[in-house]
Amino acid sequence: MSEYVIKNGHVFDPVQGIKGDKADVAIKDGKIVEKAGSGAKVIDAKGMTVMAGAVEIHAHIAGPKVNLGRIYRPEDKLFTCTPTKGMERMGSGNSIPSTFKTGYEYAKMGYTTCMEAAMPPMFSRHVHEEIRDTPIIDEGAFPVFGNNWFVMEYLKNYEVENTAAYIAWMLRATKGYAVKVVNPGGTEAWAWGLNCLTVNDPVPYFDITPAEIVKGLIEANEYLGLPHSMHIHPNNLGNPGCYETTLDTLKLAEGMKANNKFGRESVMHLTHTQFHSYGGTNWGDFESKAKEVTDYVNKNKNITIDTGNVTLDETTTMTADGPFEHHLTGLNHLKWANVDVELETAAGVVPYIYSPNISVCAIQWAIGLEIPLMMKDPMRCYITTDHPNAGPFTRYPRIFKWLMSTKAREEQINAFKHRDKVLAQTSIGSLDREISLYELVQMTRAGPAKSLGLGNMCGGLKPGMDADVAIYNFNPEKPVANPDDIEKAFTRCAFTFKSGVEVVRNGEIVSTGHKRTLWVNAKVKDNPQVVRDINEKFLKYYSMTQANYESLGHHFVPNPFAIEVDAT
Amino acid sequence: MKNQPALYLEADCVSPDAFAGKTAAQIAELCVYEGNVTSTLGKYFDVTGSAGTTAADTKIVVKGDVKKVKYLGMKMSAGEMVIEGNADMYVGAWMTGGKILAKGSVDAFAATAMKGGELIIEGNAGNYLGAAYRGDWRGMSGGKISVKGNAGSDIGMYMLGGEIIINGNVDVHVATHAEGGKVVIKGDAKSKVGGQMVEGDIYIFGSIDIMMPGFKPAGEVELEVEGTKGKFAHFIGDMGERHKKKKGQVIYANLYKKI
Repeated sequence: MSEYVIKNGHVFDPVQGIKGDKADVAIKDGKIVEKAGSGAKVIDAKGMTVMAGAVEIHAHIAGPKVNLGRIYRPEDKLFTCTPTKGMERMGSGNSIPSTFKTGYEYAKMGYTTCMEAAMPPMFSRHVHEEIRDTPIIDEGAFPVFGNNWFVMEYLKNYEVENTAAYIAWMLRATKGYAVKVVNPGGTEAWAWGLNCLTVNDPVPYFDITPAEIVKGLIEANEYLGLPHSMHIHPNNLGNPGCYETTLDTLKLAEGMKANNKFGRESVMHLTHTQFHSYGGTNWGDFESKAKEVTDYVNKNKNITIDTGNVTLDETTTMTADGPFEHHLTGLNHLKWANVDVELETAAGVVPYIYSPNISVCAIQWAIGLEIPLMMKDPMRCYITTDHPNAGPFTRYPRIFKWLMSTKAREEQINAFKHRDKVLAQTSIGSLDREISLYELVQMTRAGPAKSLGLGNMCGGLKPGMDADVAIYNFNPEKPVANPDDIEKAFTRCAFTFKSGVEVVRNGEIVSTGHKRTLWVNAKVKDNPQVVRDINEKFLKYYSMTQANYESLGHHFVPNPFAIEVDAT
Repeated sequence: MKNQPALYLEADCVSPDAFAGKTAAQIAELCVYEGNVTSTLGKYFDVTGSAGTTAADTKIVVKGDVKKVKYLGMKMSAGEMVIEGNADMYVGAWMTGGKILAKGSVDAFAATAMKGGELIIEGNAGNYLGAAYRGDWRGMSGGKISVKGNAGSDIGMYMLGGEIIINGNVDVHVATHAEGGKVVIKGDAKSKVGGQMVEGDIYIFGSIDIMMPGFKPAGEVELEVEGTKGKFAHFIGDMGERHKKKKGQVIYANLYKKI
């Protein structure tokens, strides 16, 4: 059955400006089409909400640090295992689900394209093996560049063209999607037990600053014209007062213009902004600076952000910000895993419990919601939890509930042990905006797709786009009796279509489709210097040979979807 | 027991909470798992009698050779259970109340993460008695475990509260990483007693082959422990671990070794 027509549903599509009108959506051969043929199978979406499949712009769902979390946290799997059932293989894990469970859970919530937020290039093969074993959803992965020896050496000498050639090589070798930067310079400093907490702290030995790394990578990104912008996790994550480093980082994009053929207008994507919006000087006077950060982003339209919402769960933190994880284990005394990846990056993993009884956690929760409530343009602010760092991605429907209902927010605020402190240290109590369903669709579909340079392919229901469709048991014409109904409706789709294949029906998996691995193939002028530098570093420094480095072939990338970029 | 499983049986349905309010026929229909095959309790056990209306009024007697039956009494909150033979792993795991009497020995992981209730073992206990679930840092927090015989290694790992009383000897690792609770060993211990302990109390009547280097002598005390009076050498530690302060005083874990 490759033809469907979804009738009578309330359609929300920012790409076509449809705000809840009853309209038919027709699917044929994997794409949205203008009109259904006579043989199309009818899906009756009466009283339901129809939107494009959601786009996850940043989650840690595939790769060695994710799997390290799985291995070292058997207790994350306790009582969470589901046996083989119907189309589903067995699944396990709450904050770090197994790969199969990850695909099923995203699809059941209507997510169809997901980006693995940080790929250590040397371990791209592991990342791709996990992506291969994550059913249904299209995935891409972002290799990390902000602590890479080649990048730091080239940018120290302002060699943007060489940096661009290296990036192009790296994206091809690792089948990567975008330029990711995590704690620029600081994670390299961590190899010496040090860190870079401001954008001007020089990196030991390489003697380059985070500001120089970030600016250089933005320039290289635009030189290549990649689909996505430079995607950054700034320095000084998670520390009281860190908002100043965040503003310094955002300012690095001033005056920069996007150059690409994909409709992307941003030059910087600042990720999990909640963790970077802290004021105060210690955990006692810890306060929200969401207003200061969103004021800047509201004014500077070449920036996109995602939220990094805290969901008040027991979860697992994992990041390439190695020094931060060491700091976190010092705070909560829970088990710490730490890895260095030669020449490239590092990683740390520490479990964390965001308790509603701890004022700092409650303030973090508030900041995560203040950010989208204070952002004026929902096309530039996307909903994430930096899964699993601030909470499991399975909590997205709960975040939608908090955003769409002041009543739900009040209930949570009143349940806080330190309610008064939360209200004093944040503005959450005074924000009465309720995100509309159309705005939610912008924040979870059209917005992230546009930022990723996928705006012509997904995130909308315009004919010609991929037939990724999510249909929810939610009637936008009926007033919401209980905010929990919002959470319930978005937890399990009535139907999910991926590339025109019905994958979820009544919240159950009915097919696993043919997921694709999205990657970017950027062509640059021949660059013998960079080729030589790569060969030399493999000979002199890497403990593996270049022949074993690439993610090549059917085993690692069984269904590749290459996005071509010509930067010659 | 009437039919032995070829593999092992996972019988977490054998608890007063699962049996309460059911007839013998209904109890026989409860699910058990042998490998990847789901079966019923009645295939392996003859079920006679009737349960109470609540867990608290329910008493279960498990007869026969259950050395391949795991999870007996798992998660029970009230009521009584008597296990006549030797049992497999996870007896009374995650129990929050009620009383289990194991007349034989039990295998590893008994009383994992116990929150309350009482577990009496007349034979020996295996490894990880009253320990946290693998990987978890939140261990036993309440209740009382008494073992007439010996216990294995890693008892009371990550203990937070409650009591473990061993009449006989123990293997290595006692109360590793504990943050509370009381462990009494009337026999001998081997080594790694109180390793990485933050808080809690260990009493050993017999010998310790090798003391942890992180325990510092702190004098001698006269104590009465589980009905026995005597002089004990007092050690505080584990010095290599973090410790909390109460009213300006650092709180250590205590190790008392009978002189």
